[in-house]
Amino acid sequence: MDLLEPTRQAFALLFSGDPELWQIIWLSLWVSVAAIALIAAPSIALGFLLAKKRFPGQRAAVVLVQALLSFPTVVIGLAIYLLLSRRGPFGSFELLFTPWAIMIGYMMIALPILVVFTISAVQGADPRVYETARCLGADRLAASLTTLWEVRFGILAAVVNGFGRAISEVGCAIMVGGNIAGLTRNIPTAIALETTKGDFAQGIALGFVLMLVALGVNVLLALLQGEGGLR
Amino acid sequence: MKSRLVVRLAAMALALCAASAFAGNIKDIRMATTTSTDNSGLLQYLLPKFEADCKCKIHYTAVGTGAALKLGQNGDVDVVLVHARPAENKFVAAGYGVNRRDVMYNDFVIVGPASDPAGVKGTHDPLKALKKIHASGATFVSRGDDSGTNKKELAYWKSIGIKPGGPHYLAVGQGMGATLTVAGEKGAYTLSDRATYTTYAAKTGLHILVQGSKKLLNPYGVIAVNPKRYPNINYKGAMTFIKWMTSPRGQKAIGDYRFKGAQLFHPDYGHPPQ
Repeated sequence: MDLLEPTRQAFALLFSGDPELWQIIWLSLWVSVAAIALIAAPSIALGFLLAKKRFPGQRAAVVLVQALLSFPTVVIGLAIYLLLSRRGPFGSFELLFTPWAIMIGYMMIALPILVVFTISAVQGADPRVYETARCLGADRLAASLTTLWEVRFGILAAVVNGFGRAISEVGCAIMVGGNIAGLTRNIPTAIALETTKGDFAQGIALGFVLMLVALGVNVLLALLQGEGGLR
Repeated sequence: MKSRLVVRLAAMALALCAASAFAGNIKDIRMATTTSTDNSGLLQYLLPKFEADCKCKIHYTAVGTGAALKLGQNGDVDVVLVHARPAENKFVAAGYGVNRRDVMYNDFVIVGPASDPAGVKGTHDPLKALKKIHASGATFVSRGDDSGTNKKELAYWKSIGIKPGGPHYLAVGQGMGATLTVAGEKGAYTLSDRATYTTYAAKTGLHILVQGSKKLLNPYGVIAVNPKRYPNINYKGAMTFIKWMTSPRGQKAIGDYRFKGAQLFHPDYGHPPQ
């Protein structure tokens, strides 16, 4: 098969500002950014609690969250589908096959990543940070925030990883989003569709954008970490 | 114990060799076809009969008509069984396929919610119905996947001079089943082949609102991939399949197939309906 021609068409699509293509890219970006923005704070708080607080069943809770890391995204998709379907408990909200459904899916997919990364970052922090802060008169919340600030690079890596998993995910997005053109079609679902149609140019263009986003986010992370990231 | 297992494995291997040696000299046939022939159970009914007659194997992939023709065009399959006459004619005219034959037809229906907000129930003409749906502002879900059903739907819109789009036109870019599911969830209308709709009727809660027009007939064609373009293609196998499908035996088998008690496919080799 000729590979050069579809690749050339792909770049033509990208640089001609094809509205359909850019609409897909925009949807992918805003849904995953919004999902991470919403889920990051509660996940980091949960991760911090699981790392710091001693309570019965804590070990089990950590193991459970770690297991969720390798949870298939299509199962998350199935669960959300059943909940949001017209016949499901939240059917009256009519959220299925809308960008909001995808956002909920992304939040559930990113949650275990954020929690597990936070746990390991906090456990890696020097416990004296928290104790010293407390001695200097900080209340529990302020001392916790000080600890989290100390491990900010680890937390940042958690956020970037959660974002990466969400934006590249296809199974859940197609199940609860429905791949509707102009409404819920995002980069991965569009690539999957265009390939089954035997139409490769758009797939190549979108794949290229997805790789650029991944690279860009990771370069940004490296820059933010600066010297700290090299330790 | 162990040695007995080895003997049994050896015997099985021998039997397999013997079976393939007696299986005649037709290589395995690869076919690309549409989701409707697969979802309706027709292929599961027909192909074992064909395989018994030709003493060969046929493997198929069920995709949209556009993708099936693309597979043929790239020489990835030996034969295609699809439903989109204009695209089929183009496929043959461009030299990708040879020996196109009419084999059967089924029909399309327009389905929608019981509440029928556009008031199309009882209409026979799909064009009138689509005009009403469009005018009422009701939601319509489209396959949007370049399949035969999608091509048919777009041809309807074109002939009534409407360019589909806007917030009430949802192109899902997936198979018939997924499209019906979205239509059910959205309380929307869609165009479906009767077979797939029948499978999804209970799950989606959709009702047949428009049916019984000649314009809704959906003829299927079978085409061999051109051996001149791909010398290594299994042309002999493709022709064996085409001959069987158009033979009295194959045609009878198509007509005999029942899905939930209903005949879905009507054989029409040599006497197309239009």
